[in-house]
Amino acid sequence: MRVSKWVALLTVILFSLSIIAGCGGGQAPPPAAAEEIKIGLIAPLTGDVKTFGESVKNAFELAIEESGNKVGDFNIKYVIADDRNVATEAVNVADKLITQDKVSAIVGSVTSSCTIPISEVAQAAGVVVISPTATNPKVTVDAGNRKDFIFRACFIDPFQGTVAARFALDELGAKTAAVLFDQGNDYTIGLKDFFKEAFVAGGGTMLAEEAYAKTDTDFSAVLTRIAQLKPDILFLPDYYQKASLIGKQARDKGITAVFLGGDGWDSPDLDFAAMEGGYFTNHYSPEDPRPVVAEWVAKYTAKYGQTPDALATLAYDATNLLLAAIEKAGSKDPAAIRDAMAATDGFQAVSGSISFDENGNPIKSAAILQVKDGAQKFVTIVDP
Amino acid sequence: MEYFLEQVINGLQLGMVYALIALGYTMVYGIVRLINFAHGDVFMVGAFIGYFGFTNWNMPWPLAIVVAMIICAALGMTIERLAYRPLRYAPRIMALIAAIGVSFFIEYFCSLKFMFGPNYRVVQRPFEEVYWSIGGVTISNIQVLIFVTAVIMLIGLQYLVYRTKLGAAMRTLSFDHDTARLMGVNVDRTISLTFGIGAALAAVGGVLYAIAYPQIFTFMGIMPGLKAFTAAVLGGIGLIPGAMLGALIMGQAEVMTAAFISSQLRDMIAFSILILVLLIKPTGILGKTQPEKV
Repeated sequence: MRVSKWVALLTVILFSLSIIAGCGGGQAPPPAAAEEIKIGLIAPLTGDVKTFGESVKNAFELAIEESGNKVGDFNIKYVIADDRNVATEAVNVADKLITQDKVSAIVGSVTSSCTIPISEVAQAAGVVVISPTATNPKVTVDAGNRKDFIFRACFIDPFQGTVAARFALDELGAKTAAVLFDQGNDYTIGLKDFFKEAFVAGGGTMLAEEAYAKTDTDFSAVLTRIAQLKPDILFLPDYYQKASLIGKQARDKGITAVFLGGDGWDSPDLDFAAMEGGYFTNHYSPEDPRPVVAEWVAKYTAKYGQTPDALATLAYDATNLLLAAIEKAGSKDPAAIRDAMAATDGFQAVSGSISFDENGNPIKSAAILQVKDGAQKFVTIVDP
Repeated sequence: MEYFLEQVINGLQLGMVYALIALGYTMVYGIVRLINFAHGDVFMVGAFIGYFGFTNWNMPWPLAIVVAMIICAALGMTIERLAYRPLRYAPRIMALIAAIGVSFFIEYFCSLKFMFGPNYRVVQRPFEEVYWSIGGVTISNIQVLIFVTAVIMLIGLQYLVYRTKLGAAMRTLSFDHDTARLMGVNVDRTISLTFGIGAALAAVGGVLYAIAYPQIFTFMGIMPGLKAFTAAVLGGIGLIPGAMLGALIMGQAEVMTAAFISSQLRDMIAFSILILVLLIKPTGILGKTQPEKV
């Protein structure tokens, strides 16, 4: 028994250590001077889409730094939380930001499946949320009810899925398509549905719609079947990790279809070799000729040594939108910030001019990029 | 027809990997009547060690597999020594709960930044894939590798259990611990070795899995672990050929469902087969009412 008690003690100590290690990522408080406004950032800093979280955090910090840590009469204090791209974790950290840190507004989260539950918590507590990148319609509206504290800086999936379908039909001359989607992910389901709708409406045929679970790694059965059907397009509306894994196995099975995807592909960790020749819709391209884009790319590259991806750009835009709204409201009361945000009209952001529609969605254009020679190439801009 | 055969091969590939995991479940259960829920996580550790072996440490991949086997065997024996041996004569439910605890512990411990980290990693295959076309059916060298390895492991294990002294000790233990001890069997050592062998097999499965489906993360062991456990029960838990048969059935059921019915029903149908078998023949397909268990 003596041994087992030591074992138990050791285990408990190790557990406690791992809990402490897991709680990192907070910010040391800046010296208090004038009145302070607290802003939260929720992003997946670890886990299956960690490059998204890193980009968002970099851009968020850059935007705050540029403001000199001040907005209006307030000093900014920010708190960063990691949701690991797990919905339950996202709710936990959102609760913590709202009840313990008492933030006035939250920037985040990155994925739709995390942002939708966060939006429920924040709406109930009356805290403003602006997601840089969550594209699912349900982020701001649920069953016809507008969640009026919730906004976003990106376009939504109906638009993105439709743009992808139009591009496949008109530019690639595709007649048939197959799609694999994650049956538990609001983002991929949304893209799949709207792609299918627009593709079929435009005269195309969907040969296969196959679902998988987030933990699946074996796609051989489904891909063997799709290889038989010989579609023109294989639509993979998932994030870069899963899209790369499926893309690789698809080429292994001899599928020659053109790969097509959404903004979830935009990551330096995309398997460029496997996805060569594929196209995806995105929020912006660093090769966009507008001067504001060149200026932003130069700024970000100087600080972080890499070209900003769409996630960084949208996070920068989202943070600046929020700061502008706080300044206009002149208050740290979330309701006042919400009203100022909703009244945003023609805000000049890097990803385009932003005004919100009645559902808190910005009205702006989409870019199409191609994976070519191990890099992303700008193809065209599509307007709504 | 070629299409059907190709799907059969896809199913074999998946089933063989399940088999390597299921063998560990079934051996441990046969001897100590414990469902070692941490087994799927040992499989994960094996996949990571293999990955580190051939990407970070520049080992030839067969050596990486051997290193993964050794480290995982040590891990399996450590788990047994620290978490299960003190509970061996406690009520069985306690060991079961300890097993669940160990499983979560390994998953979250390995997710820490100074361990493997919580991120997904793309596995660069250590060798080029080669495809052979035999009568219109495409087979890859990875599939052949998995098939051959699994069969060698199975034969080796059968030899170990039925032809060696350790195997005799294991079979004796599976009947009665106290009597075995009276017969001069070193109970602790034999159980420890059983865990080690089971863990080494899981490590092989892990490395092969990482090569076949090239993406790994610290929670990757949960589903394959659960399915391999199901396979062991399906074939008759405690029986080595049963684990193999169960795993092949699980692999085929999954792939055939995805290929001919719907990919959404894949897991549901695979587990429905388990429930049906348990309702009709609760001891599993190969199980007898009083089986000799190893």
